[in-house]
Amino acid sequence: MREGVCMQEFDLVIIGGGPAGLAAAIAAKKEGVDSILLLEREMRLGGILNQCIHNGFGLHYFKEELTGPEYAQKFIDELTTLGIECKLSTMVIDITQEKQVTAVNMEEGILIIKAKTIILAMGCREKTRGAINIPGCRCAGIYTAGAAQKYVNIEGLMPGRKVVVLGSGDIGLIMARRMTLEGGEVKAVFELMPYSTGLKRNIVQCLDDYGIPVRYNHTIIDIKGRDRLEGVTAVKVDENRHPIKGTEEYIACDTLLLSVGLIPENELSKKAGVELSPITGGAVVNEDMETNTPGIFSCGNVLHVHDLADNVSVESEIAGKSAARYLNGRIYKTIYHGVIGGEGIRYTVPQKMNLDVVENYVEIRFRVNNIFINSYISVYFDNKRILHIRKRILSPGEMESIKLTRNLIGLNSDFSDILIKIEKE
Amino acid sequence: MYNVIIIGAGIVGSSIARELSKYDLKVCILEKQVDVAMGTTKANSAIVHAGFDAKPNTIKAKLNVMGNSMFDLLSEELDFPFKRNGSLVLCFHENDMDKLLLLKEQGEKNGVPNLEIISGKALCDMEPNISQNAVAALYAPTGGIVCPYEMTLALSENAYENGVEFFFENKVIDISAIDNKYKVITNKDEYLGEVIINAAGIYSDEINNMISSESLKIIPRRGEYCVFDKSVGNMISKTIFQLPSKLGKGVLVTPTVDGNLLVGPNAVNQDDKEDFATTLEGLENILKTASESIKYMPMNLIINSFSGLRARTEKDDFIISEVKDAIGFINVVGIESPGLTSAPAIAKVVCDMVIKKIPTEIKNNFNPIRKGILKFREMPLDQLQVKIEEDPRYGNIVCRCETISEGEIIDAIHRPLGAKTLDGVKFRTRAGMGRCQSGFCASRILDILARELRKDQLEITKFGRESRILTCKNKELI
Repeated sequence: MREGVCMQEFDLVIIGGGPAGLAAAIAAKKEGVDSILLLEREMRLGGILNQCIHNGFGLHYFKEELTGPEYAQKFIDELTTLGIECKLSTMVIDITQEKQVTAVNMEEGILIIKAKTIILAMGCREKTRGAINIPGCRCAGIYTAGAAQKYVNIEGLMPGRKVVVLGSGDIGLIMARRMTLEGGEVKAVFELMPYSTGLKRNIVQCLDDYGIPVRYNHTIIDIKGRDRLEGVTAVKVDENRHPIKGTEEYIACDTLLLSVGLIPENELSKKAGVELSPITGGAVVNEDMETNTPGIFSCGNVLHVHDLADNVSVESEIAGKSAARYLNGRIYKTIYHGVIGGEGIRYTVPQKMNLDVVENYVEIRFRVNNIFINSYISVYFDNKRILHIRKRILSPGEMESIKLTRNLIGLNSDFSDILIKIEKE
Repeated sequence: MYNVIIIGAGIVGSSIARELSKYDLKVCILEKQVDVAMGTTKANSAIVHAGFDAKPNTIKAKLNVMGNSMFDLLSEELDFPFKRNGSLVLCFHENDMDKLLLLKEQGEKNGVPNLEIISGKALCDMEPNISQNAVAALYAPTGGIVCPYEMTLALSENAYENGVEFFFENKVIDISAIDNKYKVITNKDEYLGEVIINAAGIYSDEINNMISSESLKIIPRRGEYCVFDKSVGNMISKTIFQLPSKLGKGVLVTPTVDGNLLVGPNAVNQDDKEDFATTLEGLENILKTASESIKYMPMNLIINSFSGLRARTEKDDFIISEVKDAIGFINVVGIESPGLTSAPAIAKVVCDMVIKKIPTEIKNNFNPIRKGILKFREMPLDQLQVKIEEDPRYGNIVCRCETISEGEIIDAIHRPLGAKTLDGVKFRTRAGMGRCQSGFCASRILDILARELRKDQLEITKFGRESRILTCKNKELI
């Protein structure tokens, strides 16, 4: 044992104190787990919600319309009341397969924490200009939308005046409105796909209401600026997302906001030997939000990128409860039905399910891979269709879910896999 | 009055400065940017070439091999990362085997040690991830990889510690001969020097032409690169070249000394010396060409791309000489590849030229050792614990992707020739070079810079000049 390096033991260690970690912690505590440690790298709990000062949070979960910080505060208050231990300004730098967590902070230095269970709730990071390889100058004035949001909402400082947004994901839409409200001029939102990748309500409330044009089937192929950004070149793309020669247009601006994708932040998960899905970028889990490593659970944006914090909370409660059950000696499941995304489905979470013990229902969340109008969500147990739900609109930017009730499962017990797909009739 | 004025604080200027600082000479460097290494030095392949590529009996060949051999001692004294990982030049056709053999011969003429041709199973075992189409390769064990800007910082800091003065944001606008001295006028001040060393990179032609009637012309030749995530940094262990063409060494694939994978460069002439943009064609080109060397190109793991400008002259060799019609004015011009490798040797050559002109002695208090910034990510946990107890800021991780602590960033700002910009912190610590490309840490680094330099957050720039990160306070635009 090293002299000076602090060693501790906890039944449950939760990595991340955003909406996922908070809900998971509270759920575990309510199930009787007392030895909980929540590790958060920022100096306050709340995660990304702290900078999401717009409202629209809690419509489902609390039946109220709250801002991000307000939504987070409800959980933080409950966590405090329940007396759950947290370490703030603490960065986890390693997790082993044996569930040993290494963290560091200024007060205590290096912490080595032996955990019986771990909940991964680290959230996600933003895709960068470098990752999508936009050519051009590397001047100042290019930000991911979330990073710009932090400057504006937390620091009270404007990244720039004349703004172009690439990507119609929710963060880009929210920031288009935000910059406008602070006196910036948002010239356009460019979106590669023929549809928005964000929530429909954000298109209306952030762009339409402010007269900000959105140009679908467009992308940016050049960036000009010696020291600070001076302009970008936008171009139309064809059905293969390739630039169409001759459609280039130069737009003068000093700020480019990128909202081109979120990537679950699973670097630590990899170190712990957790199996990741190449489609979601997050862990492969069962209906308990348990990964392939017994006793390691995952929830929230680190599992798959959500649209609504409300769904994160629900999902994370499952993880918290499951961790509690694990600690109470529940046996690790080994036999699974595969949950398969068929035609029209991009991914499902969970990717496998054991349905021996189902309380009321199990929920499968999924995203479609295209826009579908007047179609059906169909669920098959092997070849037998057991659900056929009509939906007016299905879009990749809006996560969907279906519930399999205990009855439904009970009536159709002998099957191998669950298939979800989108059907025309 | 200075004995020596060096124009340009790139790898060449800094190497010369450090070498000269061993002597009892009054030396200064004039650098137009806000920091060292901001030109070609920070945007190249970062390879310490073995030396088989240079034409025999050229200055390039001689200084390449000489310089290469100096890296072990230098990297130890100055604490910058250097690794002799070895180079492989791949040959894809039996018909080209003679070209490979010629390259080997050329290397041997140049004095490159231990060259051998490897093929078949031996090649496969050495590098399992190179293309199946490679029939053979020239293996040069003395090839290496280095961090060119960290090396430049190390040289500069050591030169500074040993008495060299650095003047940043001083752009030379005129040089005139007065008596047997030179008056160098910058946008900020005037300097007098006995000997002037022109190490101004892609602007060295303009500097030369201020004083000499024998004008020089630099042709900037752009090279573009893609950097990949560290998770594929160990796809290969050696630096993989393809057989060279007329345009140069061609597109390489290499691990970097920091653990990333680097692909590039192309070679495209351009006029604009201020244009460091990458291009769609250029990036597509290097990725396509490099794909021929390795089994697969992990396209979804690109984290960044950049371009650098080589300072080419028509001469195709280094120009290291005193100007005929300007005694005491030494040109170090056209230092394109293998310039980085040759830099320690160039420094020795130039230093010898200087001390022939100015009688002087070696300082008895010259300190060859420079300690770099402590790397949290490389320290064992118990040592880290001690360090954090001593200075808690080492326990505050600012750059999550690269695991860089606040303590390191503060060291970067306050050490000699400390960082003043976001890029300055980035190049000294690697904060911002990870997969999120400073998405998480930029605002934190900005705050630390503002606090430590006692500046307003709005004043902090990415790399000096007008590259401000923030514009104004909220609501000021309404």
